[in-house]
Amino acid sequence: MADVTASDGTLRRFLHGLPGVDPVGLEARAAALGTRSIKTTAKAYAIDLAISMIDLTTLEGADTPGKVRALCAKALNPDPTDRTTPRTAAICVYPDMVATAAESLAGSDVKVASVATAFPAGRAALPVKLADTADAVAAGADEIDMVIDRGAFLAGRYLDVFEEIKAVKDACRRPDGSAARLKVIFETGELSTYDNIRRASWLGMLAGADFIKTSTGKVAVNATPANTLLMLEAVRDFRAATGVQVGVKPAGGIRTTKDAIKFLVLVNETVGEEWLTNQWFRFGASSLLNDLLMQRQKLSTGRYSGPDYVTVD
Amino acid sequence: MAFEYAPAPESRAVVDIAPSYGLFIDGEFVESSGGGLDKTVSPATEEVLAEYTRATAEDVDRAVRAARKAFEKWSALPGSERAKYLFRIARIIQERSRELAVLETLDNGKPIKETRDADLPLVAAHFVYYAGWADKLEHAGFGPDPKPLGVAGQVIPWNFPLLMLAWKIAPALAAGNTVVLKPAETTPLSALFFADICRQAGLPKGVVNILTGDGSTGAALVAHDGIDKVAFTGSTAVGKQIARTVAGTRKKLTLELGGKGANIVFDDAPIDQAVEGIVNGIFFNQGQVCCAGSRLLVQESVQDELLDALKRRMSTLRVGDPLDKNTDVGAINSAEQLARITELADSGTAEGAERWAPSCELPSQGYWFAPTLFTNVTQAHRIAREEIFGPVLSVLTFRTPAEAVAKANNSQYGLSAGIWTEKGSRMLAVADKLRAGVVWANTFNKFDPTSPFGGFKESGFGREGGRHGLEAYLDV
Repeated sequence: MADVTASDGTLRRFLHGLPGVDPVGLEARAAALGTRSIKTTAKAYAIDLAISMIDLTTLEGADTPGKVRALCAKALNPDPTDRTTPRTAAICVYPDMVATAAESLAGSDVKVASVATAFPAGRAALPVKLADTADAVAAGADEIDMVIDRGAFLAGRYLDVFEEIKAVKDACRRPDGSAARLKVIFETGELSTYDNIRRASWLGMLAGADFIKTSTGKVAVNATPANTLLMLEAVRDFRAATGVQVGVKPAGGIRTTKDAIKFLVLVNETVGEEWLTNQWFRFGASSLLNDLLMQRQKLSTGRYSGPDYVTVD
Repeated sequence: MAFEYAPAPESRAVVDIAPSYGLFIDGEFVESSGGGLDKTVSPATEEVLAEYTRATAEDVDRAVRAARKAFEKWSALPGSERAKYLFRIARIIQERSRELAVLETLDNGKPIKETRDADLPLVAAHFVYYAGWADKLEHAGFGPDPKPLGVAGQVIPWNFPLLMLAWKIAPALAAGNTVVLKPAETTPLSALFFADICRQAGLPKGVVNILTGDGSTGAALVAHDGIDKVAFTGSTAVGKQIARTVAGTRKKLTLELGGKGANIVFDDAPIDQAVEGIVNGIFFNQGQVCCAGSRLLVQESVQDELLDALKRRMSTLRVGDPLDKNTDVGAINSAEQLARITELADSGTAEGAERWAPSCELPSQGYWFAPTLFTNVTQAHRIAREEIFGPVLSVLTFRTPAEAVAKANNSQYGLSAGIWTEKGSRMLAVADKLRAGVVWANTFNKFDPTSPFGGFKESGFGREGGRHGLEAYLDV
């Protein structure tokens, strides 16, 4: 597919040649899958899977090393009363907190993810974005969550967006030749139409995204079942076309076990088992974990406990 | 480890089915004058659910007299008073919707997901909608003071038992008619529960009469001298018989018959949503839908892409226990219907079409047919012309919009059609040329009480739903 990105013109023709999205139909399909009834053993499986897929996130101006260390402890041992609880997939922090997180998580399989590229707005010059990325990688980030330049995308400068993602991908390389995995955030709430989300998905994947991610969690509309379903269709079609598998990360607004299970049903019935691992699907969330833990306790003990039986960090 | 959904069955305990049912005449359940009992079974398990009465010609006479007697007072009520009863019925249906959904699923075999999310909400919506018309008939465009016809004889099919009842009874009552309704012989139970709802709502005696029975009961009803209007939904063959019976009488007739709906997919269609629409068009209610999109007309240039996507999607359909909340495709309604589907599908293979079905394990008890796709189908094949009324999709191709229209219209039927394109001008141009009562664009099998529904050609005549639906029950 290299010829697709040969020029702004070819890239535009390709992206605008993708099948359109009928919004009513897409949302109806997402809603219909939301009515699946996931009970007993299936629920237990889904809860553990969801916990293992969380990028436990703190992205606040008020973040401190203490806060980040507490969150890392939570990721390593989500439920102190039940050591069989799986660990989360990763911790997601700002670049200046990466070193702290990496130290806290050293020796574990919990990854350190860092947002970068002038997150969340992405309004900075390219050299600044690349330095931001390189800094996070150097500090020990396993994964980089970059934001695309929505302004460029909405202005139709697709090749600029493409080149920028490629440059960030290069900045993810470490001196030893390995690289941090790159998640590309579209901020779907700002792209606004489903056609744009499909085009952005292909654009990101063509540029080398390891994951495509809905949103920053910092705008009004974040992950929804419909935009996540659409992105799942995109990674499915991309793999059929190129053989390359890309992950999906809905982020922002997923707070309850019920919501999380609906997203897992979307994965299961759209792309199937191969994506049902934290290698290929993540939840960007902070409060979701405690709700999953409470539901997990309910399943194992038969009783509802309450918010004081899970840790507040 | 795979994400396997644990069984999630809806509870049967919410519905209490009596061992045997009489006839609902003049506000009471009564015994027949001599008709025997028949059994109704659950198509998913072949378990006998209850016995019901086969109404005789004498019972028909009794019911029609009761309806005639009730007509005088009912038609004289102010429309706003009739509306109160219809609103009350709608509310009771909503309150009892879980019970009715389970009952319908048991008797019909369709998935609880559909009875819960489609049938029951539409049933209630239909009563609410026509309740609204009851005191506004003079504004419906049929003159300053349109009168009801009298007694309506209504015969309904087994595919949407309660919904078809609602389509028939709600406009009839709103316009001031009284009714004698015969449900299908394989699905009598929800109509009998509806009789109970009429009592619960305090509906005056004789306004609604429910006669269960077989074809002979229906024949006696439509032939009865005392009825002023016949409304039938069902097969084209029976519809033709009824038309012959009614010819030369004063009776007004509406027929909603078979179909062979074309679902047309252009190369600029939203492919993922088109696939959903195709699946919904032919596998909703196991394809036992008169307006099913049973012919897929796909533009040759996207054929491969679309069929790959469709097969992938069909492989995720969950076939099995209709009471399980995760079931997408339930049981075929009867052994007779299963035999008809099987025979027609076999003719597809015999005539050279290519058959495909996803691997799915069908239960050993009950009546089941796997979702099936035929490719390399031509206009000459039986499966492209005859209504299968089952989960069997015939795929044909076309090259140009003109060819799509010509093939879509080349059918003895004309009930429904679908168009899939992202180009608005094409959508409108093609819709304008299709001879079908309902044309859906970028969707399929969407129903709403405000929208008229009915056919062209051998799909019948008359419209149900919307303002148009009133005309069939008014003397205009």
